[in-house]
Amino acid sequence: MAKVWIPPLMRSLTDGQQIVDVEGESVRELVAALDERFPGVADRIIDEGRIRPGWTVAVDGAVQNRGLRAAVGPDSEVHFVPAMTGGDQPRS
Amino acid sequence: MASTKQNGTANLAANGQNGYKVIGTRPVRPDGVDKVTGRAVYAADVQMTGLLHGHVLRSPHAHARIRSIDTSKAEALPGVRAVVTAADLPVAEDKIEDLGEGAINLKYLSDNILAHEKALYHGHAVAGVAAVNPHIAEEAAALIEVDYEPLPPVMTVDDALADDAPILLETLRTDSMGEIGSEQTNLASFFRHQRGDLEAGFADAELVVDRTFRTETVHQGYIEPHAATALYSADGQITIWTSTQGSFAVRGQVCEILQIPVSRLKVVPTEIGGGFGGKINVYVEPVAVLLSQKAGHEPVKIVMSRADVLAATGPTSGSNIRVKIGVDSDGKISAALAELYYEAGAYPGSPVGAAANVSLAPYAIDNLQVDGYDIIVNRPRSAAYRAPGGTNVAFAVESVVDELAEELGMDPAEFRILNGAKENDRRPDGVQYARIGQIETVEAIKESDHYQSSLEGNYRGRGIASGYWNNWGGQSSATAVLNPDGTVNLNEASTDIGGTRASIAMQLAEAMEIDYEQVKARVVDTDTVSYNDVTGGSRTTFATGLAAYNLGQQLKKEMKRRLAEHWDVEPSEVSYEDGAFNAGDESLPFVEAAGLVQREEPLMASSTVHPQDFGPGFSTQCVDVEVDPETGKITILRYTIAQDVGKAIHPSYVEGQMQGGVAQGIGWAINEEYIYDDEGHLLNASLLDYRMPTALDLPMIETIMVEVPHPAHPYGVRGVGEVNIVPPAGAVANAVYQATGVRMDKLPISPANLLEAMWAKQAEEAAELVPGDD
Repeated sequence: MAKVWIPPLMRSLTDGQQIVDVEGESVRELVAALDERFPGVADRIIDEGRIRPGWTVAVDGAVQNRGLRAAVGPDSEVHFVPAMTGGDQPRS
Repeated sequence: MASTKQNGTANLAANGQNGYKVIGTRPVRPDGVDKVTGRAVYAADVQMTGLLHGHVLRSPHAHARIRSIDTSKAEALPGVRAVVTAADLPVAEDKIEDLGEGAINLKYLSDNILAHEKALYHGHAVAGVAAVNPHIAEEAAALIEVDYEPLPPVMTVDDALADDAPILLETLRTDSMGEIGSEQTNLASFFRHQRGDLEAGFADAELVVDRTFRTETVHQGYIEPHAATALYSADGQITIWTSTQGSFAVRGQVCEILQIPVSRLKVVPTEIGGGFGGKINVYVEPVAVLLSQKAGHEPVKIVMSRADVLAATGPTSGSNIRVKIGVDSDGKISAALAELYYEAGAYPGSPVGAAANVSLAPYAIDNLQVDGYDIIVNRPRSAAYRAPGGTNVAFAVESVVDELAEELGMDPAEFRILNGAKENDRRPDGVQYARIGQIETVEAIKESDHYQSSLEGNYRGRGIASGYWNNWGGQSSATAVLNPDGTVNLNEASTDIGGTRASIAMQLAEAMEIDYEQVKARVVDTDTVSYNDVTGGSRTTFATGLAAYNLGQQLKKEMKRRLAEHWDVEPSEVSYEDGAFNAGDESLPFVEAAGLVQREEPLMASSTVHPQDFGPGFSTQCVDVEVDPETGKITILRYTIAQDVGKAIHPSYVEGQMQGGVAQGIGWAINEEYIYDDEGHLLNASLLDYRMPTALDLPMIETIMVEVPHPAHPYGVRGVGEVNIVPPAGAVANAVYQATGVRMDKLPISPANLLEAMWAKQAEEAAELVPGDD
């Protein structure tokens, strides 16, 4: 199962857990599975069908261009992190 | 002095480091002759028949409600052809979109072009005028009557977060990763990175240093002011000629602001006189388009003055920062906390997110927390500036690290090696590093002639600091046309600021195994190639270079296929070595093959890329300073930068980036700041009073290129443009401490600020010598 690092500001939704093991083959499936266990998670991560503006997802160390459609392996590590914005660092 | 250190031998071999023909050489840049002869066309040079000249009226208030605007007197002035205000802009949605320069609220984007209900900073654009010459346009702008209701200005983090703070944007609510606050506020967003057990980590610490810091607003300081010309043709097609880091970013922003489809707008990038992140946002472009339309489809040019540039474009955030780090008895960091309060300017969007990742990135830390606050104030909307947000926070962190090393009695380089991040360690946001070169940059400084040399004399000191930048991949597009004479036209849309036409052409030449001189690189407009992200994020030589590499592979493959057909052999039988195609007894030099393979059909290639495996960069730097105790003036005696550059494609341009970033960082460290009066008026909007370093202020900056090839690029390229500006303020502050015994907690370390701190220290020491009352 993939290991999802829960952003600190969302840990109130996951009973304080920093890392949660989740089944899924894409980021979208992981978020859906998380939301099933911890209702409200999806609303915090997704906005209008995409990862919330200003945020991004990293899988196995790489920020994903495909966002929710990014593939996830059984041993993947997944982070939802603020985008490195500031003008010349868009959408990283 | 410049030197190169190569690390990671296995990777070097895998990337074919040995035997490069073009990469690593130092050819002349394609734009060099035009630039030194004055023939290069910059945005202010654009001329055409019927050209009108625009001028922008700006707010004299930092914070004011606009009750009404009367343009009748301006419109009546002979020679005036059009006047526009925010009323001429389409109503923008209060909605966040991604326009290739980060997520941005469309209403705020439009408001910043021409103020709607409120002026939110001194210099905020209020109206635009087009006239037959610049003097009439300026005179007409002065005739526009704006009825303002001045409001109290909010100039700093502390002002903005006070309980009774005036509210800048009535609809703004704090966004805490999707949890939206209910109260009016100037705090736009809050986020946190956290891992491990912070409390336990500090409990385990033998030594804890906890300090707060303040840094001031600074500008990118590009030498060429913003300028743009727009032609709104009678058929509805629009063309903009402008100085920009990203023609497609201009297209995206202007189309959103004016609500027109992208197919109606062509953006033509001119040569650019510097950007450093400040030429991504649009300012005068939409105004010029509106004026052109309203003036009867005549072209309109707007050239900003230096005062306008400083007052209304760019700057990067001032900040309040707290850093607390604990170390155990072995000198290992046991816990670290950073709190970052960044001033976004008038609209949300400071670089605090990037700053949070820069903050503790050079170090391996298990127990960590970084809090980021994005706060609006009555200053210009902040823009990117070379490693946005990084210099502020590195000044704070590297000052605390230096203090820890001193308290422990450790060499500051040794402390950084002991605690240095390496492969599989984690960034502050938790993401794991692949192969990185932080420790190698510290070792390079430690072993350098500079660090090994002695420094003697009163009021002299040496300091070091490290820094990180994430870099970026982004989207790039390019095409290549093979000419029958064996040359290749390379068309790409990455604005060339620091020599990227050369560094991209070199990668195409290397891929095709031809001479650099056979590639003719040019930067084209938005109608000529597909979408291309900005020149920024240290991405261009990496990503557009990758597109060029792909072009070379495609052309070579197709040439082999056509030659195989010509020679009646299988394509796999055609080889290419030493500038010639070979198959059995057949052999044809590249130049002749280029003609032969195009007798029946021309040959071109196109490539689009969006790489996501971009590698971060690290830098460690060493500086010697001398302080004049009478005046507080700092003289930079010697400066050495070591930077992990992946693979230097054109070493001169890599060294230039390293030296340029250091020069800007030194200016930020010792001189540069926006100075406002109590009413929020900018007092130093000229380069006489906004003091940037000149060649006379700096020694030759020595460079050590540490080559740790990036495994995900065919030539090992990493971005090199930004990380170099991250450490200088910290390094200078640490050197000043060694020279004076004063640890500076604010930037700039200007003569006034330094003298004040030195006098305070002297007073403190004198008080300790006076017997107490008890």
